[in-house]
Amino acid sequence: MNVLLLAEVNGGALSVDSTAKALTAAKRIGDVTILCVGNGCSDAANAAAKLDGVSKVLCAQDEAYGHDMAEPVSDLIVSLSSSYSHILAPSTSASKNILPRVAALLDVMIISEVTAVIDADTFERPIYAGNAIQTLKSVDTIKVATIRTSTFDASGEGGSASVERIDAVANPGLSEWIEDRVAASDRPELTSAGVVVSGGRGVGSEDDFKIIEALADKLGAAVGASRAAVDSGYAPNDWQVGQTGKVVAPDLYVAVGISGAIQHLAGMKDSKIIVAINKDEEAPIFQVADFGLVADLFDAVPQLTEKLG
Amino acid sequence: MMKVLVPVKRVIDYNVKVRVKADGSGVDLANVKMSMNPFDEIAIEQAIRLKEAGQADEVIAVSIGVKQNQETLRTALAMGADRAILVVATDDVHTDIEPLAVAKILKAVIDEEQPGIVLAGKQAIDNDMNATGQMLAALTGWSQATFASELSIDGDSAIVTREVDGGLQSIKVSMPTIVTVDLRLNEPRYASLPNIMKAKKKPMDEKTTADYGVDTTPRLNIEATSEPETRAAGIKVASVDELVEKLKEAGAV
Ligand SMILES: Cc1cc2nc3c(=O)[nH]c(=O)nc-3n(C[C@H](O)[C@H](O)[C@H](O)COP(=O)(O)OP(=O)(O)OC[C@H]3O[C@@H](n4cnc5c(N)ncnc54)[C@H](O)[C@@H]3O)c2cc1C
Repeated sequence: MNVLLLAEVNGGALSVDSTAKALTAAKRIGDVTILCVGNGCSDAANAAAKLDGVSKVLCAQDEAYGHDMAEPVSDLIVSLSSSYSHILAPSTSASKNILPRVAALLDVMIISEVTAVIDADTFERPIYAGNAIQTLKSVDTIKVATIRTSTFDASGEGGSASVERIDAVANPGLSEWIEDRVAASDRPELTSAGVVVSGGRGVGSEDDFKIIEALADKLGAAVGASRAAVDSGYAPNDWQVGQTGKVVAPDLYVAVGISGAIQHLAGMKDSKIIVAINKDEEAPIFQVADFGLVADLFDAVPQLTEKLG
Repeated sequence: MMKVLVPVKRVIDYNVKVRVKADGSGVDLANVKMSMNPFDEIAIEQAIRLKEAGQADEVIAVSIGVKQNQETLRTALAMGADRAILVVATDDVHTDIEPLAVAKILKAVIDEEQPGIVLAGKQAIDNDMNATGQMLAALTGWSQATFASELSIDGDSAIVTREVDGGLQSIKVSMPTIVTVDLRLNEPRYASLPNIMKAKKKPMDEKTTADYGVDTTPRLNIEATSEPETRAAGIKVASVDELVEKLKEAGAV
């Protein structure tokens, strides 16, 4: 089995955590070639070559590949596909945009958010917001799948794969990147953080979200949010945790002023330790919490931040 | 002026607790409340707004699945879609038609209807695949703009703001295009009683997959459906001090 793994590359740099986690899934299937694309991808390719157990790294450099635009990147992947039995990627907003397009161009199904590799044809994935787990056996000739990174450990370093430059293919010219609006942050990235502190509608305003951020900073944590907090404008969209946001599984997840709707639980219930702070003792979040504190968050969270000092 | 095509899926209502069947054959969908996939409501709403803004002249809702999808299409018509196409692909409510087959049927509908834009939900909340829009874009050879939180159309191109992992991204896509919509694009309207009555008279075509010559045989055979692991019950702590103590004991801080 030959696996092509599309690396997650942001601004020319390899996203090591998500790529190394998807690599773990890929290695269970066969021999792994990593594909890095970007407007300048040598740094990413060199970093990918150091990951443990990679046979080869392909690096396709072109302006058209700089911002994960689905149309040119899909055409590139399709042009390489005949050498591979599997085309995989860590499940990110980039791969969720690109790989279903690749799959349809190859006339095969996409297998989204794989949480376990049973064998080369058989995979597990969650459905219904994680309320059921499906085991699927693919009959397609090429398997195209995104890998849910929160369920795989990252592969280590120590590899020394060769890096091969490959040519870009013609850009179909259907789309153009305009801009990214990305807030710079010193905090860890949400999906790879060891600790996540999330706020919900109970926090009440963008201003009061500072209480959540102060606790997060004390814990060296990433900040997350419920959909209600994002919809209300208390938190940016990229903080949303849940069925239709990001899926996280940190060592410690602190849910503050979050009721615990199934759509939210879908994004965090695999965390190792869950803490819930909510003033409603009946809130469903307490059913998944290891430690629940029934309290007003405006009293409890500043106290907690203080006492962790 | 252009037509807008909106695919809508009938799914278990997002408030219903999902139950896995004891024999592992799937999720129990008999006698549970079914609704329009919430993302598809957002897509319908956006299509109606395009029409209200004078940028489109007809909104066509399409649903592929069981005969009962008529109800979903009636909801779309009551919200403001002009007409509907039902493609009956199975008579078993437990059969989920895969996104690839759905995209092939939608491609055939596009060939007939020639819409200027397709607005689709980014994800169906039952299979959570997040795929149909992208697959349809591949089959049509059109541009795609996924996870849209803002959309503006200007002549032969559209500017779309997308919700991505790092924040927001703006792109320009050539028309015709396929846009998949995210939660923050709009807040869908409720259908008023008079509009629900009016919707009963709006046209609904009924087709089958054979009419479009599409084979819907699954590519992914479902071997088993199981319950996820449940978490062991936790405890309530009485104070912040006790919480800190417990977290220290657990080595979490
Ligand atoms: C299609 C679809 C997709 C969705 N995707 C997601 C998703 O990805 N992620 C997600 O999170 N949700 C998602 N949702 C929304 C989800 O159903 C819930 O509406 C949402 O999670 C609720 O957010 P919340 O818990 O912050 O708000 P609420 O449910 O309103 O809960 C607020 C909580 O704060 C508590 N509270 C209030 N004041 C205080 C105080 N002073 N101190 C302590 N506690 C307080 C209340 O007791 C309450 O429990 C989705 C919904 C749909 C339909």
